[in-house]
Amino acid sequence: MTYEELLIKTAQDNERIIVMTAENRALVRNVSKTLGNRFIDTGITEQTMIGMAAGLALRGRIPIVHALAPFLTMRAFEFIRTDVGIANLPVKLSGYIPGFLSDGNGPTHQAIEDIALMRGIPGMEVFAPADENDLVKMLPAIWQSTAPSYVRINHKPTSFKHQPFEMGKAEIIAKGADVTILVYGFLFEEALKAQEILEEKGIATGLINMRSLQPIDESIVISSAINSKMMVTLEDHFVTGGLYSIVAETLLKNRITADVQPIALNNQWFKPALLNDVLSFEGFTAEKIVEKIETKFHENLKRTYA
Amino acid sequence: MTNEKNNHLKSVALKVREHIISMSVGGGCFIGASLSCVELMVYLYAEFLQIDKNNLSDPERDYLFLSKGHDVPALYGTLAELGFIDNKRLENHLKTNDSVYWHPNRSIPGVEFHAGSLGHLPAVAAGVAYDCKIKNQQNRIVVITGDGELNEGSVWEALLVANAYGLNNLTIIVDRNQFQANIRTEDLIPLEPLADKFEAFGCHVTRIDGHDFDAIEKALKSLPYSNHKINVVIADTVRGKGLPSIEARADRWFCAFTPAEGQQLQNELHTNIKAEIKSETLIVR
Repeated sequence: MTYEELLIKTAQDNERIIVMTAENRALVRNVSKTLGNRFIDTGITEQTMIGMAAGLALRGRIPIVHALAPFLTMRAFEFIRTDVGIANLPVKLSGYIPGFLSDGNGPTHQAIEDIALMRGIPGMEVFAPADENDLVKMLPAIWQSTAPSYVRINHKPTSFKHQPFEMGKAEIIAKGADVTILVYGFLFEEALKAQEILEEKGIATGLINMRSLQPIDESIVISSAINSKMMVTLEDHFVTGGLYSIVAETLLKNRITADVQPIALNNQWFKPALLNDVLSFEGFTAEKIVEKIETKFHENLKRTYA
Repeated sequence: MTNEKNNHLKSVALKVREHIISMSVGGGCFIGASLSCVELMVYLYAEFLQIDKNNLSDPERDYLFLSKGHDVPALYGTLAELGFIDNKRLENHLKTNDSVYWHPNRSIPGVEFHAGSLGHLPAVAAGVAYDCKIKNQQNRIVVITGDGELNEGSVWEALLVANAYGLNNLTIIVDRNQFQANIRTEDLIPLEPLADKFEAFGCHVTRIDGHDFDAIEKALKSLPYSNHKINVVIADTVRGKGLPSIEARADRWFCAFTPAEGQQLQNELHTNIKAEIKSETLIVR
């Protein structure tokens, strides 16, 4: 099932749902045919779309709104925070081409602070599915929740079959006594390959698909810190405010010290290019991830036995 | 309008102004912008809006969205005088035991949505208007904006979208009191010719004296003005209306008066004996 098929089916079953877009129809090309006036295209007006969504929610509707992730989360940030956040209205945000997925567009289109911004809004739920299969497994629960939410949309088809989704729970792909990789979103695929290579190299490596960034699965973060020698947070997001920060906050709150290595964008925009070239240039391919983890892991071992 | 009705509305407006003056003492309030929209607010709630104070969540009700949220003392006063809230609750202004503060919020019965950040509620109201429209309901959705607020691009963006969807159940009332904070609108970011601007955005515009109940009635009774256009009422008003000592003065924007000054202002409201105000005013520019 695709995102759009699920969206149409969900909206057909629930009259309260209104589908909106700020003239970004990539995910919702066929919705107007089925939903008629329950589909609203507001044009290139992220702020107005969010304001209207709040108004529709006041009338008992559940607006599922679409726009490019950077313009949704940044152009309309104050509308999300003030109209949706303060009133805690069930407005469901779908951010398209987040992170590296904006490939050749350049920094204007790079949503690499979206997790930091959205999780800073009280009551906002924040999700990042690994691929299309993960996305459609997660969405029913996300849309059923009465809270506002932001989903970093990733609908890339892969052959991976994910486990059922439970609100606020991460997906454990593998456990490892040496290293645990915590990842979300599109980089899951690279992380999965990296985990296999590291295992082949004799480094026992765990892999967690975080799925939900807010609420965070604290028990997974804590058990990873306790049960492996090193943790890696892997994300196509600034190192500030994303998963690395979340893990740091979680461990500090629980008075746990751990060796946590971030693989993230070190507060700089990424090189605009085709997606595979971006990954390679910025060092986020499975091979580059393995290299970084292996080097750090062996450095740590040396330090331990020095 | 009969003289009797006019006199009744005037007496309610006078009471609302008394409440506003009370709220300007101590912690203070945005007194000028509150006084300028009293007649609009009183007429809307007393005569126009179909809102049952005993059934505030009725989906068939009319809606008022106060987008220039800092004039909320006028709304508090009106809601109190018309029995939506207890008069006594106004004594909780700025106290931590209640939520009667400088901007509106939904813990006050009758307040549809919070405001404070300017330029938000035209879009929110458009969402409400859209839903009423597709349900074929007859609700009328009214937004009060300031004139300085019209600097915000989001107001015009919302008009573009509301126009595209033919939301003629939406009415924007501009409290055109000629000031934003401590400066005249026309000296900072000129708005005139304002009606032309709204018309260019697809609105049907009428311009009235915002202190004249007859004119307000005439403007609101003929809504909707067309079968597809957003309705706009530009209400020409005087900031600080009712208190000649502060009327149309750039410096009397946010005011926190002493109790003695408050007493003088109450006196001025009823007798036209000018108050002597010594309190310094908040100047932001």
